[in-house]
Amino acid sequence: MALLVHVRNRLEAQGIKSEFVGASEQVQGIVHLYEGDVHLPPPKRRKPESALAQIGRATVNVLIEAQLVFAFFGQMLISAIATVRAPRSANWREVLPTMERTGADAVPIVILINFLIGFVMAFQGAVQLKQFGANIFVADLVGLSVTRELGPLMTAIIVCGRSGAAFAAELGSMKVSEEIDALRTMGFGAMPYLVLPRALALILVMPLLTLLADLVGLLGGLVVGLTTLDLSVAGYITETRKALTVWDVYSGVIKSGVFALAIALIACQQGLATTGGAEGVGRRTTASVVTILFSLILLDAGFTILFHAFNL
Amino acid sequence: MTEGILIRVTGLSIGWDDVVLQKNASFDVARGDIFAILGGSGCGKSTLLRYLVGLEDPTEGTIEVTGIGRPHLDGGRPRFGVMFQSGALIGSLTVGENVGLPLQEWTDLAPEAARAIVRAKLRLVGLPGVMEKMPSELSGGMKKRAAIARAMALEPNLIFLDEPSAGLDPVSAVELDELILTLNKSLGLTVVLVTHELPSIFKIVSRCIMLDRDSQSIIARGDPRALRNESTDPRVRPFFHRTPHETKEG
Repeated sequence: MALLVHVRNRLEAQGIKSEFVGASEQVQGIVHLYEGDVHLPPPKRRKPESALAQIGRATVNVLIEAQLVFAFFGQMLISAIATVRAPRSANWREVLPTMERTGADAVPIVILINFLIGFVMAFQGAVQLKQFGANIFVADLVGLSVTRELGPLMTAIIVCGRSGAAFAAELGSMKVSEEIDALRTMGFGAMPYLVLPRALALILVMPLLTLLADLVGLLGGLVVGLTTLDLSVAGYITETRKALTVWDVYSGVIKSGVFALAIALIACQQGLATTGGAEGVGRRTTASVVTILFSLILLDAGFTILFHAFNL
Repeated sequence: MTEGILIRVTGLSIGWDDVVLQKNASFDVARGDIFAILGGSGCGKSTLLRYLVGLEDPTEGTIEVTGIGRPHLDGGRPRFGVMFQSGALIGSLTVGENVGLPLQEWTDLAPEAARAIVRAKLRLVGLPGVMEKMPSELSGGMKKRAAIARAMALEPNLIFLDEPSAGLDPVSAVELDELILTLNKSLGLTVVLVTHELPSIFKIVSRCIMLDRDSQSIIARGDPRALRNESTDPRVRPFFHRTPHETKEG
């Protein structure tokens, strides 16, 4: 019947007069229920949006999202200052369990990924360096790239996938199930109760994970040096120490702290902005991971330019 | 504010963005009342409740609660309890921790004393022995009861309930009604609730307002039993007599 009514409406819209005739009383009732006996005004055709308009709308949306993240950062700073003044207002109990979930539980994957990164990089480098008899410089290549770039970045990407997505989904679920409203009515602000403990936990564990990533990345390079380049352990370590300065390690650790803040900030902001039930949670979780990855690359590029500008 | 009035709402408009659900709503809630906000789906009942508890700030009109002033959620010890439609228990905490959350934060009670109070509150709502359970282990009715226990933790004199008996089986719904009546009579608790469950309305509600979506206004107020028997308004009668609106041509 729905299909018949649809066909009739289409005919009416094209100016072809049509109606149901000769139906039994029972069928007439069903026709009435589907409003098949009502003369509908012709539907207004929506003009499809042009590609330029779509690009424009998407750009405006990105700018609005960026503005919301910065506004959230401002609120976070205000809340952090208020928490320093009144430490009891924050949910400190949440910090250690969150550190365990985001830090200790991530150790195996951080070790595996970063070991393989060091391993692959050394392997690729070895092929080229061998041609010049410069095998030993594999230690320099792995050491510098792992501590300055890949260690912090790969760790941040892992943490984004594990904890960033988890934060966004967790807060998003809490939002749609009214748990955050319930907390507010009990006098708990989302910022000190939910956001600050998560941000603090990440800021504390990410530099530690990054140091671990540096170590296993160097180990990956060492394994290649020993097995395929006939280097000695002592030689590899000596070359690495020659190539690296303390600042190389520090710069990675500083980056990781900023990355941690970005991950917590964006994930929590996206989680708390969730609307529309389970579908909304999924949408915001995806958006948070994409936004975080984009921000990490942007921040990393920013750091590279900054360090280069100051000859660091 | 007039003595005996606990909440006074004057000229309040509610909605979001460009959507206006109610305009210029004014009503009072008396101390000790079980006051219901009634109306069809989408008329703004739950939204009005969000304004009353301070989750939304009025852009037009005022809400005044005796002893609090404008309801706000700027931190600080809550002065009233709220039960949300789904219960909104924190999923990562046990039921006991949920009920004890306000006590832990806003009192200096020793942990043992707080646990004793939590146990007592859960007994009060008919849920002994669920302290260590997680919210996911409770049925819908039990979650709502636990949420009422949490709302009662700091012994407020005012409690807001959003559709307390919606989605419950008839027995659980009646038990919840009995609980609300008991809390109202024994503790002198003022209850503001959103509901469209007729049996609950006639059993426990002392005064009500009825919101209308089309006119964006309050179309009836008073004792629901009197409205059922006396109202001739074609928008009010179908609600109380559970008959369809006559909107379509026959």
